[in-house]
Amino acid sequence: MSHEHVLVVFPHPDDEAFGVSGTIAMNTKKGVPVTYVCLTLGEMGRNMGNPPFATRESLPKIRKKELETAAGVLNISDLRCWGLRDKTVEFEDPKTLAARIENVIDELKPSLIITFYPGYSVHPDHEATGAAVIRAVEQLPADKRPAVHCVAFSNDCYEMLGEPDVINDVSSVSDQKLEAIKAHRSQTEWIIAAMAEENKDKVPEVLKRMNREQFWTYKF
Amino acid sequence: MQPITPETVQNEIDKFLNQDVYLHLETTNGAYASHFNQSFFSVGAYIRNAKINFERGVITGEKSPYRAGLKINIGWVYAEGLTHWEVNEDGQLLLAGHDAEGKLAVALQLSPHPFE
Repeated sequence: MSHEHVLVVFPHPDDEAFGVSGTIAMNTKKGVPVTYVCLTLGEMGRNMGNPPFATRESLPKIRKKELETAAGVLNISDLRCWGLRDKTVEFEDPKTLAARIENVIDELKPSLIITFYPGYSVHPDHEATGAAVIRAVEQLPADKRPAVHCVAFSNDCYEMLGEPDVINDVSSVSDQKLEAIKAHRSQTEWIIAAMAEENKDKVPEVLKRMNREQFWTYKF
Repeated sequence: MQPITPETVQNEIDKFLNQDVYLHLETTNGAYASHFNQSFFSVGAYIRNAKINFERGVITGEKSPYRAGLKINIGWVYAEGLTHWEVNEDGQLLLAGHDAEGKLAVALQLSPHPFE
C-alpha cells in the first residue's frame, strides 16, 4: 500500500503503554504517521500515588499531561482526546460513537487500525471501544477496509481466538517504550517498582516480554 | 491529600451545611478485580453531580478509616473507609479512602458548583 497511516483507538491514556507503544514507535521511526484517538482521560483511575499525590479531581489533568508526554516520546504527531468520561463508554449510544470513529477513518484513510478486541479485553470501556471501531469498519465496503489489529487479554482469549497472528519484536525501540511507560507515572510507577522488586534476577525475561507485542487480526 | 483529622474535616463539612451543594459519591474495587480473581464479586457505584442540601453532616470513627454521613431532608448520604482529605483550589471538599497500595476505593466529595 502506498499510503500508510496508523490509527490507534483506545479509551484510557495508558492503554497503549505496555502492549502497543513499541509498535507505535516502530511505525513513527520509519515515518508512518500515527493518530491516537483517546476517548477518556482515565478520570476514574484508582492509582493516586502512595502517599496520594493525585485526587479524583486532579487526576484527569495529570493523566492528560502524561499522555501528551508519552505521545511526544513515541513521536505521535496527532493526538485526539475526545472528552468522554472514564467507565461510561459502554453507556454511550454505540451508533453515535461508531459514526464518530467512521468520520476519522474517512478523514485519515488509515492503512491499519489498532484497538481492543471486543469480547476479549476485560474492561467495559475496552469492549465498547473495540466494538465501536469494528462497527465503524464494518460500514466500509470489504475492499476498502483497513487491517484491524486487536489487543486481547481476557482469561479465555487464547482458548477462543487461538494464538495471536501478529507478533512485533519491538526490541529496537525498547528504550522509547520504557520511557513511554514511565510517562504514565501516576498509573505505572507502582508496576515498575513491583517489577524491579520481584524480578531482580529475571530482568532479561521481563525485557523479553516487553519486547514482544502481539495482536489478533480481526476477521470480518 | 492529607490523612484525615476528624476535627478539621468536621469544620470543613460544616461549611457546606444548609445550602445547595454538589455531590460526588463513588465506591470502586477496580475494573480488573474479577479478571485477576474470578471468584471476586466486583461491585461499584458512582454518582457525579447530585444536587443536595444537608442539615447535618458528621465524620466519625475512633481511628482511620473514618465514616461520614450527611442527613438530607428526605434521606441520607453515607460513606465508609475514608482515609484522606483535601480542600482543592476550587473550594471542593474531597474525602477519599485509599487502600494499603494507595488505590482509591471510595470517594465522597462536596462542591459549591458542579464538578467538572
